[in-house]
Parts: sequence; structure tokens; C-alpha cells
Amino acid sequence: MGWAIAVHGGAGDISRSLPHDRRQPREEALRHCLQIGVEALESNLPPLDVVELVVRELENIPHFNAGRGSVLTSEGTVEMEASIMDGNTMRCGAVSGLTTVVNAVSLARLVMEKTPHIYLAFDGAEQFAREQGVEIVDSSHFITPENVERLKLAKEANRVQIDYNAQPIQNDTKKEKPCANGDSQIGTVGCVAVDSHGNLASATSTGGLVNKMSGRIGDTPVIGAGTYANELCAVSATGKGESIIRGTVARDVAALMEFKGLSLKEAADCVVHERTPKGTVGLIAVSAAGEVVMSFNTTGMFRGFATEDGYSEVAIWSDAQVE
Amino acid sequence: MGGWAIAVHGGAGVDPNLPPQRQEEAKQLLARCLNLGISSLHSNASAIDVVELVVRELETDPLFNSGRGSALTENGTVEMEASIMDGPKRRCGAVSGLTTVKNPISLARLVMDKSPHSYLAFSGAEDFARLQGVEVVENEYFITPENVGMLKLAKEANTILFDYRIPTNGYDTCGAGVESPMKMNGLPISVYAPETVGCVVVDKEGRCAAATSTGGLMNKMTGRIGDSPLIGAGTYACELCGVSCTGEGEAIIRGTLAREVAAVMEYKGLGLQEAVDFVIKNRLDEGFAGLIAVSNKGEVAYGFNCNGMFRGCATEDGFMEVGIWE
Repeated sequence: MGWAIAVHGGAGDISRSLPHDRRQPREEALRHCLQIGVEALESNLPPLDVVELVVRELENIPHFNAGRGSVLTSEGTVEMEASIMDGNTMRCGAVSGLTTVVNAVSLARLVMEKTPHIYLAFDGAEQFAREQGVEIVDSSHFITPENVERLKLAKEANRVQIDYNAQPIQNDTKKEKPCANGDSQIGTVGCVAVDSHGNLASATSTGGLVNKMSGRIGDTPVIGAGTYANELCAVSATGKGESIIRGTVARDVAALMEFKGLSLKEAADCVVHERTPKGTVGLIAVSAAGEVVMSFNTTGMFRGFATEDGYSEVAIWSDAQVE
Repeated sequence: MGGWAIAVHGGAGVDPNLPPQRQEEAKQLLARCLNLGISSLHSNASAIDVVELVVRELETDPLFNSGRGSALTENGTVEMEASIMDGPKRRCGAVSGLTTVKNPISLARLVMDKSPHSYLAFSGAEDFARLQGVEVVENEYFITPENVGMLKLAKEANTILFDYRIPTNGYDTCGAGVESPMKMNGLPISVYAPETVGCVVVDKEGRCAAATSTGGLMNKMTGRIGDSPLIGAGTYACELCGVSCTGEGEAIIRGTLAREVAAVMEYKGLGLQEAVDFVIKNRLDEGFAGLIAVSNKGEVAYGFNCNGMFRGCATEDGFMEVGIWE
């Protein structure tokens, strides 16, 4: 037993032919964020602080779909959301619809600690941010040229799809608007951590779905879907928001451990490979015993983990190991 | 077993001094909604249609805290939210921050059926409402004089009891801790508007559905989202059951209450009533909440750990009951 930490930068259809200049900066970034988390755990910072710290870092890096680098709504704007949960107390905080707050995860934490509520959104959340004096910037800060391009391509792909949208959606899987190029800025960022005393925490943050309708909320701020932590484990999920919500993914990992006595790995594999449609979800999780699991049923998931015994790894696909 | 079953609720956490006349009105409304659902079921409507129909009725009547008659935000306005879930394929739809949509539950249904997403909120949701052509009205339509009075009392109570801007111990900030049983979500029970209305149904084909709708917590911060639109917290339906919760939103979210009932049925093999009892007993800690549930076997159950829950239930074999207290 000892501390353990995992991070992710999104799961999805990550093409194996991802060009080096798209791959390398993200792997570097994951390594960097993991290192920050490791140092924090080594200096005995509580896991709740660690996950917030690491996700802040991921939000600030433009290569991932959170904070700066968030994908754009159909109107070309950003609407960011995040949540955080403390395993011991099961206190949690969530925010949605942020447009000027530099670090959504930190605002989520403030909702948890400084209000009688759990979840604040849109104008109310922005107002709260100003009352709390958190760092705010002009929305343009979050928008990157790559994401402007992605939105353009997504809209073009949609034009081809337009007949589908005229009919009521009868099937059970929402047809998410595809990205024309392979380099979709997919998912979300997240971090889970456990210290050597078994204290657990989880945090997740995202810009959401490219070309989403303004006002669309995904799984990331929904406790039990994108984020969950209790005394057994901490989980952060990524992938197709609608599938993760319907599947209460993060909560289910913990529920399987608690009610069916599955191990962390068995529970994660069950949720990812048996209970959610292929190509829709990835998750990272740690247990109170210091175990780590990173499971996904998509082509890839940007991820990394480290444990106190010195082991660490950053990877994208299932067999491509990166030092 | 088998056959249809239906349950409705009008919120948990009831003022023990509620005047008898108000209690009577509440029971009559619950009975009326049950009967509406029952005749629908008799004409073979599907569970998803019945829950929407019944919740629309509850939203339209100003008695309970949803649609017209919603609790007010700190600004004296109404911000409504709702969610709906269809058991067979676990399709779902949710909305938050509605200010002009007459029937939030119907917009949630449209999000489920007519949008590529599961959850829309605030101005995006309002835009979608207009695109869909649903009935919209002025925000004032939802505001009742009674709730205006309640808001004033809530603000007065808050200044004496609870200033959340001052950092406090953990149990207080999430509204889950109460010094005496006569407070709900940080408010004295006399000004607390039991949050939420809901309906759960299993139809003759064994399909379950759940729907929940609310104006939220009296004097809430603008932008506050509670448990009602959160799938897994306030609402859940799957092959096995349909669940709708009410009470302290923060406790319900943290406890993923609606999902929990289904999870213990599925993973522990508990029956419906056992599952409901288990969840109410073990998943709420210091929080106060209630829930209604139906199973695919035609059973109905409810439970609550607070002072009363407005509810009604009925099954195909003729059983029917409306109640408020234990």
C-alpha cells in the first residue's frame, strides 16, 4: 500500500496515425501533470488538493479539451464544466456553463466549500466566481485556432448528416456529431488520487462536445456519471457524455465493488467492457488499497499513472507503452 | 405479481403544523394525479407517456413546488428543472434553469427524443424550447403570492440561522446537517417548500419509467442545480425499476439515491421494498429525503426518513393509497 495517482486527457477514437507533433506534446503534458501530482502526494498534500492541483494544470494546457483548449459550442463559444468529490466525506462540487473562469475545477471546489449547494451553472456560477474573486479572463483566452478549425470541420460534417436530425431520435445511442479529421479534441481531463492512509478524491473538467448546442451539459459535472469518490475508490470517466450519464459510470464502479465484492479492476472492466457500448467510455480509478486501473473501450485514452513503489506510465493506446 | 403500478409524490419534508385544509388539498391533488395516470394505463399508454402526463398535471397545479408554484430563487424569480428516464433502453432527458417553459418535464422529454444530447440548461434550453414550439409564458406566471411570502420568511430565517458566506464545518455547507429535525436543507420546516414532484410507472408490458420536476430550494442562489435533473440522483429508470427522489438535493446527489435503489436490486438481488428501505436507511447519513419506486414486477414502494412525504400509489389489483405522514 502507498499513494497512487492517475490522470487522463480524454478517451475516444484516437487514430494510431496521430502525427508526432500531435502526440508528443500531449504525452509530455501528461507526464508533467503526473509529476506535479506525485510531488504533491510525496509532500503529504491531501488527495482532494492533489486532484484539484493536477486538473488545474491540465485545464491550463491547451492540448486537452478543458479550460484553455476547450472545444467550441455551435456558436463558437466555450462553455466549461467540472466536478470534484472527496471520498471520505462524500462532499462534492460541480459547475457548468462557465465562459470566463480560468479554472473550472477550482470553482467547483468553492461551490462545495463555500455554498450550501453542490452545483452552480451558467450566469449564477459566473456571478459566484466574481463574488469569490477567482481568476477570470476574456473568453477568447480559452479558444485555440485548432478548435476553431475543429468546429468548422464538425459543422461541415453535420451538413451531410442533416437528414438524420430531422427525425426524432429513436435509437438508444445518441449519434454524436463526428469530427471529419482523426484528431478530435475528445473528452475531458481528470485526476484521481489516494494517499497512503486510503483517503480518496476525484476531479474531472471539460469543454464538452465539439459543436454542442449552447446549454448542453454532459457527464462531467454530474456526480455519479463523470466523477465519483467514496471510501472504496475514486473514479473519473471520459467519453460519450450521454452514455456515461445513462450508465452512471463512475458510481457503478464503486457500486460493483461494494455490492458484489468485485476488485477495482474487475469492477472497472465490468463497467467499461460489459455495461457500456463499445467506443463510448474510458475511466481511471484508484482504490483505498492503493491500486490503480485505467480502462477504456475506445480506440485510445490519453492517460498516465504513478504509484508510490516507483512505477509510472504514460500511454495512449492499449499496447503502445511510452516511457 | 405483474400488471401496472404507479406512484406519485409532491415532495418530502412536510411542516408538521400544515393546516388540515392544506393537507386535504394536497391529498386530493395526489389522488387526482393517480387517477389520471390510472386511466392512461387502462388505455394501454406506455410508462414513459404516463409519467410525463402525470408530472405535467403536478407542474400545472400551483400546490406543489414545480412549474407554477415553484419555490423562488434569492432574486425572487423561478428557475425550474426536470428529468425523465425511460427504463427499457435507459434513454434520458433533463433540463435546468428554465424560466418561461410552462411544462419543464415535457421539455426534458423533447431533449431525450428530439436533441442529440441528454441535458440542456439555462438560455440554451430556453432556445431549444422555442425551436420546439413548446408553450412559453412570462416568469411571473409561475410565481404565487404564497411563495413570495415564503421567500421573505426564508431570507429572515437565513440571516438569523445561517450565513453560508462564513466558512463553517463541513456538515453545514452542504445542507446535510441539521441540529433539530425541524429544518430541511438549512431552512426551518415552516418555510421550506418540499422540493419536487415526481411520478414512477411500470406499465402492463413491464416497462418502467420515472420523471421528476421542481422549482428547487427556496431562496436558492441563482444558477443552483439540485438533484432533480441529475440522472442517478433524483431520477433513474432501467429494466428493473423506476425511481424518483425528493428532499435535500445535496444529500440525494451525494448518495446517487435513485441509482442506488436499482443498484442494490441488481447487484445484491434485493426486492423493491427491501431496496428502498436499505437506501433510505443507509445512504442518507444526516441528510433527509424520500423516494417512490416501481419494479418491473408490478410492485410499488416508497420510503422517507424525514417529516412526511406527500405521496400516492396504486397497483392494477385495485390497491390505492394517498398519504402524507408515516
